[in-house]
Amino acid sequence: MKRLRLAVQLLFTIVTNGYLYGFLNGKIYRGSLKYACVPGLNCYSCPGAVASCPIGALQALLNRKGYQVPFAALGFFFLFGSLLGRFVCGWLCPFGMVQDLLHRIPLFRKKKRLPFHHVLKYGKYAALFLLVGAGSLFLFDGYAKIPAFCKYLCPSGTLFGAVPLLSAAETLRSQAGGLFFWKLGILLFLAGLSVKVYRPFCQYLCPLGAIYGWFNRFSLVQIRWEQERCVSCSACERACPLGLSRQEISRSAECIRCGKCADACPRKCLRFGGAGTPEEKAEG
Amino acid sequence: MDFWKRSRRYVWIGGAALGILFLGAGALAGEFSVIWKKAVMICLECIGIG
Repeated sequence: MKRLRLAVQLLFTIVTNGYLYGFLNGKIYRGSLKYACVPGLNCYSCPGAVASCPIGALQALLNRKGYQVPFAALGFFFLFGSLLGRFVCGWLCPFGMVQDLLHRIPLFRKKKRLPFHHVLKYGKYAALFLLVGAGSLFLFDGYAKIPAFCKYLCPSGTLFGAVPLLSAAETLRSQAGGLFFWKLGILLFLAGLSVKVYRPFCQYLCPLGAIYGWFNRFSLVQIRWEQERCVSCSACERACPLGLSRQEISRSAECIRCGKCADACPRKCLRFGGAGTPEEKAEG
Repeated sequence: MDFWKRSRRYVWIGGAALGILFLGAGALAGEFSVIWKKAVMICLECIGIG
């Protein structure tokens, strides 16, 4: 499962960021695929990106004049969320893959969570409502609204957009100032933290994870727990990189469907399956 | 009670249908061109310049 997941993450990242000409020339893809969004956090200013970022799309729609409902962005969230939930985070998000790889570096004693996790985990909802929502609606630069999350926080944009573009284009490099170094600092801090703590950005700051988390309980892709076969050995809880309990796996808004619990279960009573909460399956 | 528990298994279908409905509403409102216009220009805010 571990190798399969890495292969899927790599393949999806390469396919959705496969515009090589952009990387070589410091330009971005301008074709019609960018009418659509990828499910994961994938900056559309990445030179290789062939589709749009759903959070970027939401902000672009909120940045319009007046206050209009961003139907298209909601459509992508409902569609991807209802089908996959946070499976997107575990299997299809390029920045999630980067954090996974950093966490494999054999330095430091690994931790699943930060101290005060029960409070800090709400940081992603704060990022969603304050930066993506209120920030995009009410923060102005002159007369134009700004995409506040992209501008002040998004480390994925710095890694996949800013670094390759600034490396390839001298004109852009000469304009980089304090804001760029602020964002680079955030990226480096999160990258360093990822070596010790499992996916700190996903657990504490990602607004897309906050949105997909709401769909986790009902999404089509689930990890099913057959309670009657379970011997309560807690192998799944020890294997869960997010420190979730047996009852929380799959149902919790924090579960990213990585499948490590299913791998670890000696009686194979946890496995990927269709919709239906674990308790319902056990009763049914 | 049992009906509600069972029907919860199929909530994803309603969610996906709502998603398609929203995508249709977005298309009618011309929102995809707003997304495309933003996505095909280098987003200076995203890369820490703007």
